[in-house]
Amino acid sequence: MSGLTRLGWTALSLALLVAAWQIAAWLAASRLLPGPAAVVEALHRAAEDGALFRNIGVTLARVAASFALAMALGSALGVLLGRRPALDRVVGPWVVVLLNLPALVIIILCYVWFGLTEVAAITAVAVNKIPNVAVTLREGAGALSRDLDEMAQLYRLGRWTRLRHVVLPQLAPFFAAAARSGLALTWKIVLVVELLGRSNGVGFELQTAFQLFDVAMVLAYALAFTAVVQAIELGVLQPWERRAARWRR
Amino acid sequence: MISLQLAINHKRFPAATGSPERTLYRDFTLDVAAGTTVALLGPSGLGKTTLLNIVAGLDTDFEGAVRFSPKAPRFGYAFQNPRLLPWRTVLENVLLAAGRGTEARARELLTQAGLGAALEAYPERLSLGQQRRVGLIRALAAEPDVLLLDEPLASLDAQTAARLEAMLARQLEARPATVLLVTHDRTEAGRLARRIVTLDGPPVRIAADDPA
Repeated sequence: MSGLTRLGWTALSLALLVAAWQIAAWLAASRLLPGPAAVVEALHRAAEDGALFRNIGVTLARVAASFALAMALGSALGVLLGRRPALDRVVGPWVVVLLNLPALVIIILCYVWFGLTEVAAITAVAVNKIPNVAVTLREGAGALSRDLDEMAQLYRLGRWTRLRHVVLPQLAPFFAAAARSGLALTWKIVLVVELLGRSNGVGFELQTAFQLFDVAMVLAYALAFTAVVQAIELGVLQPWERRAARWRR
Repeated sequence: MISLQLAINHKRFPAATGSPERTLYRDFTLDVAAGTTVALLGPSGLGKTTLLNIVAGLDTDFEGAVRFSPKAPRFGYAFQNPRLLPWRTVLENVLLAAGRGTEARARELLTQAGLGAALEAYPERLSLGQQRRVGLIRALAAEPDVLLLDEPLASLDAQTAARLEAMLARQLEARPATVLLVTHDRTEAGRLARRIVTLDGPPVRIAADDPA
């Protein structure tokens, strides 16, 4: 299927969704299910005074900070556990416990222990994501090729050369998988963190709209933010993945 | 040039799996004079690759010693499974092992080996035979003191094998090294090596040790 046809199908599919939404809004005839026009109007309202962009910007900054923190710490932990089975036997079960702890519990504990601060918010999101990253990268580190390691040893490749040319390319697919699922998870948790303990950001705005039963505004923020995240996926993640996999047959 | 003294007092195989252990080597010695090419012949599965790995320092799970004189060598190793980095091009693979300032020579060697059109290709786009040739060129380009060749000409058509054999002979003449050549092919061994060691076992022992 060519790129254009696929784009065409996506457009058609989204148009169908909007049509169905419009019909449902007509049938419901309630302010609790506003139609597309009302949502666009709310979007316009939020954009006009700059609140929309400010809040999306704040939320994205939180997503970026906690995502970077989780990827860095989670990768380091995962690689360490993958390379040191003895350590994995001790720490591995902790990771499983953390993996199964509800996000909400971690958020509440962070706010209780560190106060309703930016640090607590970002820590809470990162801690939610770290075990995920660690488990994925542990798998990658455990699957590192011994053959290539021996080749690097035989030809006396330096530490940095080995890392750059032998180890990191093997971990790249695992890193990409962790990043992809990580971004989706991170931004969802950031909204909850904002809803519970911050005074700005998309999550906070959603809460305000919720209290006013302003469903149009809830949908407006949801749409705008989803579009931004989708743009990051298409503009950053996918090109990077294609580049990292260009050697594959 | 480097001479090599190998003494394997005891080597078990497999070392760490559930299958029953067997003794692969017991009281085995092999001395190789500096600059000599020694062919190792013997049935497959005997442990010839293990011997190369022990010499290369990649297999240290044995009782015994490998001594090089007068100094620790630079190695080149044409592995049976070529062990190329799939995410680096053919040329990059060779340059990583050969080091800086070797690009002209690497290009020339690859071209001589019939890989001139594949310099910028990724290994997965090549046939296994071509990949193994890249592995051989990588070993040569590293300018080794000790060159380990594990069936370097197997799975090549006769014409390519002859071309590579001639090239190998030329390279070793221009830049002598101490070579261990594992092969099944007695005529190939006769053409390339100065000494042919025939192995049998297990445990591996030297059944015959002849000048070529």
